[in-house]
Amino acid sequence: MRKCYFDHVATNPLHPDVLEAMMPFFKEEFGNPLSIYEYGSRAKNAIEDAREKVAGLVNAKPAEIIFTASGAEANNFALRGIALAKQNEGKHILVSRMEHHSILNSARFLEKSGFVVTYLPVDKKGFVDPAAVKKAITKESILISVTHASSEVGTIEPLREIVKVAKEHNIIVHTDAVASTGNIPVDVKDLGVDLLSMAAHQFYGPKGAGALFIKQGLRIVPLIYGGIQETGRRAGTENVPAIVGMGKAAEFAQKELQGRMDYLRPLRDRIIDNMSGVKNVFLTGDRENRLPGHVSFCVEFIEGESMLLLLASKGIFSASGSACSSKALKASPVLLSMGVPAGLAQGSIVFSLGVGNTSEDIDYLLEEFPAVIKKLRDISPFAQGWGDKEEGGECTVKK
Amino acid sequence: MKFVENLKPDVTTDIVYMMCPMHLLKLQEQIKELEQGQILEIMTDYDGAFEDIPAWCDKTGNEFLGMEDSGDFYRFYIKKLTR
Repeated sequence: MRKCYFDHVATNPLHPDVLEAMMPFFKEEFGNPLSIYEYGSRAKNAIEDAREKVAGLVNAKPAEIIFTASGAEANNFALRGIALAKQNEGKHILVSRMEHHSILNSARFLEKSGFVVTYLPVDKKGFVDPAAVKKAITKESILISVTHASSEVGTIEPLREIVKVAKEHNIIVHTDAVASTGNIPVDVKDLGVDLLSMAAHQFYGPKGAGALFIKQGLRIVPLIYGGIQETGRRAGTENVPAIVGMGKAAEFAQKELQGRMDYLRPLRDRIIDNMSGVKNVFLTGDRENRLPGHVSFCVEFIEGESMLLLLASKGIFSASGSACSSKALKASPVLLSMGVPAGLAQGSIVFSLGVGNTSEDIDYLLEEFPAVIKKLRDISPFAQGWGDKEEGGECTVKK
Repeated sequence: MKFVENLKPDVTTDIVYMMCPMHLLKLQEQIKELEQGQILEIMTDYDGAFEDIPAWCDKTGNEFLGMEDSGDFYRFYIKKLTR
């Protein structure tokens, strides 16, 4: 049976050359980067080389990159670190409703610790309105965190406009760029952000490696206390193989970015165009401003989980909402915040493509997916519709 | 402890919230960049610096000029005497 992996927002396969670059650091190059003899200095040099490559990918200075163990850690570090460092200037934080749990749960933790959090609304396509940001700002505001691109609906946020509003009020801006880094151009200077989170496994690097860009001169309270790794900002003996892998993956991503985008967009568009002909299937997120390999739908009258399982039985691997929401069998808070009705939000499905996917994979998906929808609708108690309510009527863009 | 006010440094290093012993490592790193007679300012929130920085100056033959409390953090002033 054909196997088609369409879940690249969950994770990417490791680039073979990345694995090769990592291997010596699992074996003979086992030194601790803090050791002052040759084993240590070779490990230290490998980390600094990776730092340069990661910095190059986002147009930062190497000293502005702090390695973490994941994108989620980078998000926690940014929110809690800036909130604590700036709390004497104010205790108001703004985050969008599009955010990943690592942002939303950090914000909730800060709320319990005495901070005030505004959850910024989004429109039907998942865009945060810069005017809404401006309206929500108070004299107490110290930090705004808005994702660069949503892993759930693929929408790319108008970050430059949001940064412009924030800077008029001297507020720090963080962006969760885990879904975007390595997949679309990410330039910290062009975006104007002060902090930016990324994760290696989203661009064919290893799991267990993330990074936070921290603009030079910005003070941040550490999340993990201990030794002087990462210039005293993130303690713990470095995961040298993973960091080396992240550096190598960043190097490839920078070199191949345009080619990857050019390859993925037509595949993505073919799925969207073909599926728009299936009744009561709604594209979620924006049609144009979306990640190159990202396709997401809400399929009316059936559940995302059942689609996912039936598709998996046919060798097609996808996701239903975010990995976390999917496990909890909850309607996605992101879709609900976009105004998708709760019933329809249960029918969420995400296909995220990668450079390993072929045109034949898309042919196979387009053959099997409508058949799966039909099969499930035939046994759905809602096969005749929701009754007198037009559930999906207004929630998304239907082509 | 010696306290000073409005001292004009030649070079400033901000290591507020960076972990111990970054205050000593940065001090060592930055002092190399200074000319003899120039003043280095270290901004840190680490209480251990009260003892460590004057002790480091004694040990290395540089002059500890004093410190200033800036509320959330401290400013330490070191004059480079060594070549």
